[in-house]
Amino acid sequence: MTETHYQGKLHHLQKELMSEYYAALTASANGSGVPAAYLLIGGNPVELLRAFDILPVFPEVNALQLAVRKQSLPFIQSAEFMGYSSDNCAYVKADIGMYFGGRQTPFATIPEPSLLLCNYVGCNVYLDWFGHLAEFTGQSAFQLDIPFIRTASGEPSKEDIAYVLRQLHHLIGRCEEITGRKLDEDKLREAVRLSSLTGDLWAKIKHLTKRTPAPYDAYFDSVTMMAPLYCLRGTPQGLEFFETAYAELLAKAEAGVGPLEKERFRYVIEGPPPWPHLRAFRDMFSRWDAVAVASTYSTVGGLWEFGFTHDPDHPLESIARHLLEWNLTNRNFLQRYEQIERYLEEWNANALIIHSVKSCRLFSAGQGDMREYFTKRGVPTLLVESDLEDPRYFSEAQMRNRIDAFFESIAHRPTREGVTA
Amino acid sequence: MSTQTLSPGIEALVERCDRLIEEPGFAPAVAWKNAAPNRAAIGCFPVYTPVEVFYASGVLPVGLAGGGNRMEIAHADSRFQSFICSIIKSTLEQGMTALLDDLDGVVFHSICDPARNLASVYSRNFPNTPVEYIHFPQNFEAEEAPRYLRDEYERVALFAAELSGRSMTTEDLRAAIRIYNRVRDTIRRLYALRRDSPHLLRTRELYPLVRVGHLLPPEEHAELLADALHAAATREGRERDRIRVVLTGSFCEQPPLDLIAAIEDAGCYLVDDDFLIGRRWFTGDVPENTGDPLLALAEAYLDASLPSPVKHDMRVSPARLLVERARSHRADAVIVLCAKFCEPSLFAYPTYRKALQEAGIPHLFLEFEEKMWMFDRIKGEIETFVESLLFD
Repeated sequence: MTETHYQGKLHHLQKELMSEYYAALTASANGSGVPAAYLLIGGNPVELLRAFDILPVFPEVNALQLAVRKQSLPFIQSAEFMGYSSDNCAYVKADIGMYFGGRQTPFATIPEPSLLLCNYVGCNVYLDWFGHLAEFTGQSAFQLDIPFIRTASGEPSKEDIAYVLRQLHHLIGRCEEITGRKLDEDKLREAVRLSSLTGDLWAKIKHLTKRTPAPYDAYFDSVTMMAPLYCLRGTPQGLEFFETAYAELLAKAEAGVGPLEKERFRYVIEGPPPWPHLRAFRDMFSRWDAVAVASTYSTVGGLWEFGFTHDPDHPLESIARHLLEWNLTNRNFLQRYEQIERYLEEWNANALIIHSVKSCRLFSAGQGDMREYFTKRGVPTLLVESDLEDPRYFSEAQMRNRIDAFFESIAHRPTREGVTA
Repeated sequence: MSTQTLSPGIEALVERCDRLIEEPGFAPAVAWKNAAPNRAAIGCFPVYTPVEVFYASGVLPVGLAGGGNRMEIAHADSRFQSFICSIIKSTLEQGMTALLDDLDGVVFHSICDPARNLASVYSRNFPNTPVEYIHFPQNFEAEEAPRYLRDEYERVALFAAELSGRSMTTEDLRAAIRIYNRVRDTIRRLYALRRDSPHLLRTRELYPLVRVGHLLPPEEHAELLADALHAAATREGRERDRIRVVLTGSFCEQPPLDLIAAIEDAGCYLVDDDFLIGRRWFTGDVPENTGDPLLALAEAYLDASLPSPVKHDMRVSPARLLVERARSHRADAVIVLCAKFCEPSLFAYPTYRKALQEAGIPHLFLEFEEKMWMFDRIKGEIETFVESLLFD
């Protein structure tokens, strides 16, 4: 079996930078005086917080870190003891359980929020989650309401943009109240400029997997890079990370080196990963020399690879565009089909894996229809089910059998280009 | 007694409603469409639809309430997974089995993620059926929210006009608000009657009287409700030894009629509920004669609507409101009756539970599915709960 290793410079740098980030969270929790804002990943407007030196805290990132470290279950169970259903999103349950467990995690002490910023970008669970945090912490939440994409053009209306911009001005007012100082417009432009450069690099990194072999796995390695993309975006450290990552991955691409010794299958993968079983899941693909060349989950926070870039000359407008249009979560389900179609074509993939997670119905509801759509178009498609946070919903043997049977079945069938894989 | 004999009794009215509800298809809507040119009908997924905007445009808003317990889901469960609630699948199944063919379009709303994705899946599977999606604002504190929602309704009105071939005028919209105000006001009166005299109007009777509004033109529904109000208010009855219960959690997918009856038969007077809450939605009348009735509707949504887990009004605590509701209805207990896999109602429960426990109000949590048809177990649970209160 082919094993994968993470030994590059970028991984060391990521570890170092994320440790610093978590140390800042712990310092804030211990009274460093730096205010913290909880916000959500979907199209996040982190640049605005940077302009006020407010520390961004992403409960989704904390929850997935707990899952990766196999620490999520006790927190999930304590939330279920409070009345949360086994059918509710386990990210929420892990976070609520952790909150009532004293906000202690193996990686940081999570600070109390000075601001609960509910950027409602497509995911309806966000509203419940932050509503509960507001109820439990006694804090009022700022609901940043982002109208969902529902026009035939797939773009927000001018009314939508105006509505979001006006709310961003109110959000600035709230940040001014919290920090006691006025918005420094130069500082906001600088954060947006750093985001712009970071986003451009991330887009270039995403496009590298169009090459054969792909220089990295666009699912398992991309989702790892999402932590600095959100927690560090809009800072010099975030930019430094993506400069390093791009240089290293470009060098691999130029050298014709991929994450596996051999690249036999190129697939696109839809859906969040099973964080509690990430390693086992990865190896199920590696053993078939299968590499993900694109993934939808890595675009929940932003769709830079399709042309979005922050604009320092129009910082608020570009933040509004990012929230409304340039992320997966606020786009409708059929736009996701188009996104996958583009990946299949432009990234030259020969299969689609749909990882359907019970927790996140934004992702999963209707994926049977998606399977039907792509199967009818001749794309070998496999749908497997587990969860992104709850370790109890992962049946390793069954999952491996299905993945083995899938690759076995496509090993001898013609690909879209008529070439046997 | 003489006036009672002239108007239909409540039993006859309920029987008529039951019959209409159980009939497949949308015969009343088809008859309404055929009665005049430039008319259409649209299927409205729960929870709340701005029905006035459609009706003023010549489009009869027909409520979609899932497939009940008589539909076999044979196709749609390959499109939506086992952990998705039933109404999502039964609505798609209705489309796939031509049961929605009498409708000229479908409208969905920003209530939950599966409903959101269903809007897309529906439009892909039925490319010739116009599908609309309404994004209701979730920032209730934003001063610009009413204007945003007003503009959203204006967009919806353009969609409705395409269905019927007729654009609404301001006066059309005012007239639609007037008739739906009448409907909602009568429903509120019926709810008040049941709260004050639950022995005169059972929920198993009130429910179909409201539910039939999913199918009928509002004028006809208003008349039927007025008859029912009169019949219930003049009815004779005797109070029984039952506990008074506020029921919450069933605002989207609907329980079978027999389940509602089973809850009552287990020893409960249901003195308030959130079944079909979209048909009541507002706390009072929407202003009828304003210069901008679209804005009046939008403002009513934001500032004068009933609490619901699909609305996230951060100015109020839904759990505290539930406690207040239980108290104002002199309820002995609360039953939280959630549709299986319904995220909004399941998410509401932990906060309800905490608030109810702190307030010392007993409660029972139950789950149902629209397709269930055996009620012995759930009835037994409720009976045990009722007994524990009656003999406490």
